[in-house]
Amino acid sequence: MIAASTSNLLAAREQMAFTLAFHIPFACMGIAFPLMVLIANWLGVRGDADALRLAQRWSKVMAVTFAVGAVTGTVLSFELGLLWPGMMSRYGEVFGIPFGIEGIFFFTEAIFIAIYIYGWKRLSPKLHLLSAVPIVIAGIGGAFSVVTANAWMNQPGGFTQNASGKVTSVNTLDVLFNHATPYEVPHMLLAAYIVAGFLVSSVYAVGWLRGRRDRLHRLGFTIPFAVAAIATPIQLFVGDTAARAIAKDQPIKFAAMEYVQTTSTHVPEWIYGVYNGGKPKYGVSIPGFDSFLVGFSTDATVTGLDSVPASDQPGPKTLLHFSFDTMVFIGSGFMLLILWWLFVWWRRRALPKSPWFWRISSVCGGLAIIALWCGWIVTEVGRQPWIVYGKLRTADAVTHSGGIWITFAVVFVLYAALFVGTIVLLRAMARRWRAGEDVDQGVPYAPPPT
Amino acid sequence: MTSTDVVLVVLWVGVTAYAILGGADFGAGVWDLLAGRAEAGRRPRDLIDRAITPVWEANHTWLIFDLVVLWTAFSPAFAAVMSTLFVPLCFAALGIVLRGAGFAFRHVSERLEAQRAFGAAFAVASVLTPFFMGTVVGAVASGRVTPTTGADQAWSSWTGPLPLLVGVMFVITSAYVAAVFLVHEAGHRGDAELERYFRVRALATGAVAGVVAIAGVIVLHADARYVYDGLVGKALPLVILSAVCGIAAFVLLLREVRFARGVAVLAVAAVVWAWGVAQNPYLLPKTLTVDQAASSNDTMTALLVIFVAALLIIVPSLALLFVLSQRSALED
Ligand code: HDD
Ligand code: HEM
Ligand code: HEM
Repeated sequence: MIAASTSNLLAAREQMAFTLAFHIPFACMGIAFPLMVLIANWLGVRGDADALRLAQRWSKVMAVTFAVGAVTGTVLSFELGLLWPGMMSRYGEVFGIPFGIEGIFFFTEAIFIAIYIYGWKRLSPKLHLLSAVPIVIAGIGGAFSVVTANAWMNQPGGFTQNASGKVTSVNTLDVLFNHATPYEVPHMLLAAYIVAGFLVSSVYAVGWLRGRRDRLHRLGFTIPFAVAAIATPIQLFVGDTAARAIAKDQPIKFAAMEYVQTTSTHVPEWIYGVYNGGKPKYGVSIPGFDSFLVGFSTDATVTGLDSVPASDQPGPKTLLHFSFDTMVFIGSGFMLLILWWLFVWWRRRALPKSPWFWRISSVCGGLAIIALWCGWIVTEVGRQPWIVYGKLRTADAVTHSGGIWITFAVVFVLYAALFVGTIVLLRAMARRWRAGEDVDQGVPYAPPPT
Repeated sequence: MTSTDVVLVVLWVGVTAYAILGGADFGAGVWDLLAGRAEAGRRPRDLIDRAITPVWEANHTWLIFDLVVLWTAFSPAFAAVMSTLFVPLCFAALGIVLRGAGFAFRHVSERLEAQRAFGAAFAVASVLTPFFMGTVVGAVASGRVTPTTGADQAWSSWTGPLPLLVGVMFVITSAYVAAVFLVHEAGHRGDAELERYFRVRALATGAVAGVVAIAGVIVLHADARYVYDGLVGKALPLVILSAVCGIAAFVLLLREVRFARGVAVLAVAAVVWAWGVAQNPYLLPKTLTVDQAASSNDTMTALLVIFVAALLIIVPSLALLFVLSQRSALED
């Protein structure tokens, strides 16, 4: 019986993680891509024909990724109930408030995406441009609401409970602006701009390597790359703030991701390395640096894992640490690439010529998604064994329904097909564009081609 | 009226909206499935496509709305439904993915075989999803879901007479509503042939829906006594309203198509409300009342604020979209 439910818990977690990991890059496109479309459209309205063409093409891509995001998001709202009824029955009334707000934003985004795509031929250019603005705002608002819900799981507050655990009062503002909101929401929003920016620019970087270097392609690279280039330095700063906040508010998560075994001062910073029975191995260690990062002094005290029993610690410390380090490395690497780009621009007012710049740029989209996943692993796995930090254990929230491995398998196959379908269709679109057929393509929200 | 009552009413408005708009969407998929081989079915399929393209996403947001309001305002009821009816809800979710992806991809793909495969996924899912949603409603109405049921009832909870019947009923009603909408759509475009095509189908499904509804009364009597008593008691006016509208819509379809759509919608809406009234004060008859399941006052207030904001933002946006899509209907 125990074995069965442990396996159920594992299956439920894996399914949740998989479906979220699938949804999140599409969500990033939904949040951040509209801004790039808007910029291109704006340049287009001011007379740049290439930019206008980009805006038209991108809006079609946006419709496809939005549709996939919406479908996979709907699955998530089912899953929250199907997989975690224990959390929904106890905290649904708190956790649900941000999701209620999210509903407004998603609805608005869906409506205006349809309006924008319909509007290409039916609205005046200025009005049409204007109709993209609500998409950008709704994307940001939607991200705020979902991520603040997640932040609440990390730093639950704004409610009271009676002795039997029933929620008796709720302070909406304290739920919406909980302790983790100030860093989690900006960090995720910036991540969305970074992911979408590098993802789109990497497509054009591949094009450059294949010899497509006309103005359209250069612009198609530069607009999204510039967006990511603005977001990245801010992201490093926000991420650093997040780490410090976690050292204070969720010390065990921090201890696990930084391999801090015992509460002490002069804690070393481990770069990679494998966690092995309380001692990191194989990594590079910088003496005192972890203390310094937390408290700006090597004398700063850092809470260690052994301050709580093993049953209150997240399990896979090596995974957490690797994820954290990988995220930081990728973020820092992006910064170097951006400096390269800026330097060449400053000297020559042109894009770099070195093929290495383009080779690296063409994998940045993938790297950004990896950083995104890593960050979420730190957040979610690092919170274990809690689903609501300090309040409710994941094991107490999971469904008792059997067969989660089966649903997971079905979801896996289905999503694999969804992924292949999306890629194949986007590539087919690009092929038609290269063949010079821009007009009247079918898109999910558009009137059928005439 | 307490804030709980207001939230409950809004939730029910959301359920009604999904039953009609979501239903019309699924029903359109049913007609897509039944439109026959590629060449013969091209014109009806084309009309279906034009009719649902601008709204298919928005129509389904009602489902998200209903889920979120239910879990926020009446968390224990949500958790009970989700843990007991795990199986049909998984199928419904599966159907939603297949349907959404199938529809979106069919639009983008150009090769005929690909279009057919995606179209098939879209159409089959359009039948399965409302069926499983219906079993969920039937299971709740017949008292098979309680705060203590769970995985042990994973199958028995939704395979009884009423759940299965309601599942079938959902599919037929969806097809009916869709056909009525499509009659209107074809008329709007001045396509007399398609108008006739869908009118025949609307009449046929309307008649079948009537017969199934009568069978439903018998099954309700045997399988869901509490709701049955409510339907012939406090909810009787709504039941009568629905029956009258159903018959009126039938007659109007034969003669004056213009008003048929509104009357048919009213017939369906009246059933949804009759069910709600008949169940009152229970969310899960007869084990969980609205008051037992209700969240704190603070949460209800927050939800009310959200509703007002939603109204102010979404209604004008939707209006704009409908105007634009109607304008496009006139153009081509
Ligand atoms: C493109 C993506 C990306 C990049 C370049 C970075 N991050 Fe990040 N990080 C995320 C994407 C992300 C994320 C996926 O979006 C997370 C998961 C939850 C969240 O709010 O953001 C995250 C979470 C996250 C957390 C855990 C938050 C929590 O547990 O609540 C920390 C401590 C950091 N990040 C720190 C950093 C640092 C120090 C970075 C660079 C120097 C950095 N991140 C770059
Ligand atoms: C950090 C995590 C998440 C972010 C940033 C996010 C963001 C988004 C965005 C921007 C969309 C719109 C579709 C698109 O633009 O591609 C979307 C769709 C959706 N998401 Fe997520 N999401 C996240 C996680 C979740 C979770 C955990 C749920 C579970 C309830 C969820 C539920 C939904 C739903 C229901 C939709 C479809 C809305 C519609 O039909 O209009 N999302 N998500
Ligand atoms: C607002 C957004 C999110 C919400 C509300 C959310 C919610 C949840 C819930 C309820 C669980 C199951 C319980 C648990 O294991 O703690 C979970 C687990 C998990 N989620 Fe998230 N999640 C969100 C975003 C994400 C994203 C975008 C990812 C992307 C990779 C992610 C990765 C994971 C992982 C890896 C687990 C498994 C943790 C473990 O079992 O150790 N989460 N999440």
